[in-house]
Amino acid sequence: MKKIISMLFLSGCLTFSLGSLAAPIETFKFESAETEKVFHKLSEELRCLVCQNQNIAESNADLAKDLRLEIYTMLTEGKSEEEIVDFMVQRYGDYVLYRPPFKPMTWLLWFGPVIVFIFGLIYVVRLMKSQSAEVAPDSLSEEEIERIKNLHAEQDNK
Amino acid sequence: MENNQPSVTRRFMPLIVFIALVALLAIGLTLNPRLVPSPLIGKPAPEFNLPLLLEDGSFSNKDLIGHVTLVNVWASWCFACRQEHEVVKHLSRNGVRIIGLNYKDEPDNAKNWLAKLGNPYKNIAVDYDGRIAIDWGVYGAPETFLIDQQGIIRHKVIGPLSDKEKYNDLMAVMNSLNK
Repeated sequence: MKKIISMLFLSGCLTFSLGSLAAPIETFKFESAETEKVFHKLSEELRCLVCQNQNIAESNADLAKDLRLEIYTMLTEGKSEEEIVDFMVQRYGDYVLYRPPFKPMTWLLWFGPVIVFIFGLIYVVRLMKSQSAEVAPDSLSEEEIERIKNLHAEQDNK
Repeated sequence: MENNQPSVTRRFMPLIVFIALVALLAIGLTLNPRLVPSPLIGKPAPEFNLPLLLEDGSFSNKDLIGHVTLVNVWASWCFACRQEHEVVKHLSRNGVRIIGLNYKDEPDNAKNWLAKLGNPYKNIAVDYDGRIAIDWGVYGAPETFLIDQQGIIRHKVIGPLSDKEKYNDLMAVMNSLNK
C-alpha cells in the first residue's frame, strides 16, 4: 500500500515538473517554414543570461522573451542567421553561444580534453611498460640457485 | 634498486595531478558565473534616443559626450536596485553625473519609487520595452556603466553597487578617468 502511495506521489511530481518544462514559445507567424526553422535553431543555440542553464527557447525569463522577439523581428527583416548571432555576440559576448567559437582564446577549451587524453595515454603506456619490466627475470641467478639448494639441504637434514 | 629515486616521483605523480586538478576546480568554484564580461568595454556607448521620465524631452547617447557619466540601469520592481540606492545617492552627492536608464518599468511606479527613496539622477531615460537595454547588453537590473568624456564605455558593474569590491573597482577606473 505504501508503495502504491509513493508511486502515485512520484508520478504526480513528474507530471507537475513536466508541465513546467514546457517551452514558453509565443505564437509567432513566419512567412516560410525555412525562417521558422532558423528561429527555433537560434533560440535553442543562444543562452539565456538570466537563467544560465537554459537557452532562449526554454526560458521564461523576461529577457529571453525580449530576445525571442528580437530574433523574430530580425528574421522578418530578412537578416541572416550569422547576422543575428553577430548581433547577440556584440552585445552579450561569446557567452551567449552554447557552442563556443573557435579562436585563439578558446584553443585550450577545444584542445584541452584531447591534450589531457594524450597525456593520460602516455602515462598509462609508460606505466604498463615499467610494470612489465619489473617482472622477475625468467631465469634465477646463480646466487638464488645456490640459496635454494641450501634450503633443500637444510630441509633434508631435518 | 638504483631506479628507486625516479619511481618515488612517479608514485606521487597521480597525487600531484589530483592536487593540481582540485586547485583548478577550487578556483573555478570561487568565480561567479553571473559576471559575464561585457564585450562593449572600450567601445562607444550604443546609439539611443529615449524619452525622459520626469520631464519632456529626450536623452540620447550624444548627451553622454563631454562628461564622465555613470549610466545606471534600474527599475522600481528590482529589489537589488533598492539595495544600491543609498550608494547611488552618495555618488550623486559627491558630484558624479549619473543618468538613470529606467528598465522595463511602469513610469508611475518609477516616479513613486523616486519620490519615496530620493532621486540621485541627473536625467532618467525610459526604456519601456527594454529594447535599448539589449543594445547595451543588459541582462538584469541593476547594471551600471561608466562612460568617459568621449562617450566610450570604460567599465561595467553587474549587480548592486553596494558590493564593496565592485564599488572599489568602479572607483579605481573612474579616478583614472578624472586625472
